[in-house]
Amino acid sequence: MTLGFPDRRRLPRTLHPGAWWLWALGLATAASRTTNPLLLVLIIAVAGLVVARRRGDAPWALAFRLYLLLGAFIVFSRVLFRVIFGGGQGDHILFTLPEIPLPAWAAGIRLFGPVAVEQLLGGFYDGLRLATMVVCIGAANALANPKRLLKAVPGALYQVGSAVVVALSVAPQLVESVLRVRRARRLRGGRQRGMRALRGIVIPVLADAMDRSLALAAAMDSRGYGRVGALSRRARLVTGVLVLGGLVGVCVGVYGLMDGSTPRQLGLPMLVAGAAVAAAGLLWGGRQVRRSVHRPDRWRLGEVLVICCGVGAGGLLYLTSQVDAANLYPSLNPLAWPELALLPSLAVLVGVLPAWLAPPPELSSPSPGDPDEHRPAGSGAPALAWRRTPGGDVRQPVPPSATHERTTP
Amino acid sequence: MIEFDRVTVHYPEAPGPALRDVELTVGEGELCLVVGRTGSGKSTLLGAINGLVPHFTGGHLHGEVRVGGVSTASRPPREFAHLVGRVGQDPLAGFVTDTVEDELAYTMEQLGVPPEVMRKRVEETLDLLGIAELRRRPLRTLSGGQQQRVAIGAVLTAHPAVLVLDEPTSALDPTAAEDVLAAITRLVHDLGVTVVAAEHRMERIVQYADRLVHLPGDGSVLAGAPPEILDVSSVAPPVVELGRLAGWRPLPLSVRDARRRAAGLRDQLRERPRPARGRAAVGEGDRPRLVARRVVVRYGRVPAVREVSVELAPGAVVALMGRNGSGKSSLLWALQGSGPRQGGTVSVDGTDPAKVSAAEARALVGLVPQTPGDLLYLETVAEECEQADRESEVPEGTCRRLLDRLTPGIRPERHPRDLSEGQRLSLVLAVQLTAAPAVVLLDEPTRGLDYHAKASFGDLVRELASEGRAVLLATHDVEFVAGVSDRVVVLAEGEIVADGPTADVVVASPAFAPQVAKVLSPQPWLTVSEVRDALAGAEARV
Repeated sequence: MTLGFPDRRRLPRTLHPGAWWLWALGLATAASRTTNPLLLVLIIAVAGLVVARRRGDAPWALAFRLYLLLGAFIVFSRVLFRVIFGGGQGDHILFTLPEIPLPAWAAGIRLFGPVAVEQLLGGFYDGLRLATMVVCIGAANALANPKRLLKAVPGALYQVGSAVVVALSVAPQLVESVLRVRRARRLRGGRQRGMRALRGIVIPVLADAMDRSLALAAAMDSRGYGRVGALSRRARLVTGVLVLGGLVGVCVGVYGLMDGSTPRQLGLPMLVAGAAVAAAGLLWGGRQVRRSVHRPDRWRLGEVLVICCGVGAGGLLYLTSQVDAANLYPSLNPLAWPELALLPSLAVLVGVLPAWLAPPPELSSPSPGDPDEHRPAGSGAPALAWRRTPGGDVRQPVPPSATHERTTP
Repeated sequence: MIEFDRVTVHYPEAPGPALRDVELTVGEGELCLVVGRTGSGKSTLLGAINGLVPHFTGGHLHGEVRVGGVSTASRPPREFAHLVGRVGQDPLAGFVTDTVEDELAYTMEQLGVPPEVMRKRVEETLDLLGIAELRRRPLRTLSGGQQQRVAIGAVLTAHPAVLVLDEPTSALDPTAAEDVLAAITRLVHDLGVTVVAAEHRMERIVQYADRLVHLPGDGSVLAGAPPEILDVSSVAPPVVELGRLAGWRPLPLSVRDARRRAAGLRDQLRERPRPARGRAAVGEGDRPRLVARRVVVRYGRVPAVREVSVELAPGAVVALMGRNGSGKSSLLWALQGSGPRQGGTVSVDGTDPAKVSAAEARALVGLVPQTPGDLLYLETVAEECEQADRESEVPEGTCRRLLDRLTPGIRPERHPRDLSEGQRLSLVLAVQLTAAPAVVLLDEPTRGLDYHAKASFGDLVRELASEGRAVLLATHDVEFVAGVSDRVVVLAEGEIVADGPTADVVVASPAFAPQVAKVLSPQPWLTVSEVRDALAGAEARV
């Protein structure tokens, strides 16, 4: 390992999804503070490297590529818009497109016309900044299991979380059902396109979805979903009143803050008070709920380090903007080459440390050519899959079959 | 453990009560098998145990159901989650999460079991049911037997005193069913769990049952030791039918019981002429209706069917067997022309059904898929029949006549979704037969059918064949295969591993042999009716 943090000394585990999200938000904050393309590309590279080294092999982990494509699309469309609608003036005209004259009421809007370097670069910088932020969010999505994030919601919001989980699993089922019914349509010689076919597809699919959801509801009911157990009626009432009252307070507070004409007391104080009451309600409700989480994600050193790196990157870049803002916003007028100063680059590079500091992810199947070669295959129970050799601290991977034999008597 | 105290269940708009004055007590650690014809109230009885009936389903329940001394009237089903574990008919529909481990932990999470205990129980349950290697797999990628075991495991982790299973092995191939049954019997014997199971394929489970609960269909309930109840039961597995025929008392429940008493019967049968199998002989001279050569079906890079060649002769019923996921359905769809086919040729009387329009393909090959309900989309049975007549451009009433022949007495104004499994299957089969296809493909047709429905469906399949059609049915049901098919093709991993006359293929196979064959082997008798005919023929001659 390059940085002297040998991965083989740390057991692969899944990091708390919240840690990855905070890290990514830190990077995104850093991206929002600059339009320097060199820095932005550096941030994308940082996010990409961390994703490549620390993502698992779950389906959502493979979505990072889509975010990169989305980023490219954002940059491209920004530049294209600048070409079509103009915006930003410049002296360095590259070429001139024939301008389409618009009627008087559309004054201020211009179609085509001269295209200046400044104009294109401005669009490019802007687009790249947005794209970088999107890529940062994509990195969080690839690294953190979205379902585990839902598990981390406060106990009082558990029901909402479950509803989201069920909704997420229903979508692929619906798609499957549509495919199956469409295929079955052909068996009856029915059409597969057009309005008349729609009924033949929609009705069985909906009926199927209805049957499934009834079966699911019955299953969830008999498996204890929504159990109140020993929870008293009074406790439920208190929770409800606190949460709802708090949320109303938050709404009033936000309104007060936004609307200058309302009395000051309705602004920030109301917002804070409302948030506090709602939080109290959630905490109280969460303590009343007798429910536990299988393999809870705990906040450990790895999580703290990852968050420090992300927040550190954002924070440092913010600080450098106080010192040397010129470097973060390369000048378009006069046109100047963007420069990569030492301080901001170091700030961004802090964000790459999780690629080594975070524990390696658990994979469901070993893949050849993986950056961490000593990864136990099918590491279901990491603690069991690694055996301490008599000699000392060095651990050797044990083939899963051997592990299996030892765990099953 | 479970007490039914004068329980009567009424559903609104139902002519009579689903259950009437039921008195039933199931003791701790019993394996109780609920049997009865389709629609006799089995699901209602099972649902009443944890209060889903009437809390969830609606309807009125008079009397009282108590589990572990707690009345189901006092609290909703979710408050019974620690007492009663329930696994529905379709395990996949009941899954809440998406990976095996999360699913196993779900009930415990609801009960607030501490995380350390949860970890331990998940490991124990994975081992208990033999699914440890599946722990991280997404639930949707599992086979039917694996899904069923995960579903059982998911309720077991809460350590319930009662396990309620609705058709636990119906959808499974014989080997997967054995795995599930082994797990269930281990729960009963080692952990003292009370199990209440409803199952159409009684032959698989009746030998393990301590008590049989028979629902004759009028809402009443007969409970008692299995041999006594089977004597009067309206449904019985083949081994019991054989016992009734041979006059064995008490009735044998397992192949082993029967075989020990069958020496006399085997002697008696030795002199009899062999059953007139080999209806395939009808097709010897004829040209086959369907010829498939080197058919390949691939999903992505995974081959489902590897260069399979089959010929279907007119008048012959061919059974396609093999474990879940062996490529049976893929082959059927490829033969019909609606499914993907990456290689090989299919020809029905010279035409490739994949190359013609859907309507023409349908007149060549009719396929009834595994979920027949997918084909139905109108509000009443009558509308579906009329639509089928129009689709196939046949005289009005053709479909209805076919339906009445298959399953008489389905009221035309009923909604297709409200029909029982068997009735819905008949309706879809009637719809498909309306096009008068030369080849009929049936995918798991006996799922959810009771013995009577299966028997009449078997007659129907034979009738289709006698009209000169070629029938290919994919199924796990060895008894059904024994009764109707002339030839058996066994698929494994997408390849044909056995192909031959039914008796030759199934008698030798431990998994695919029907009960009668196991009892009377090495003589090649496959069904009770063959034995009955042989004995009757002998008497007539005497």
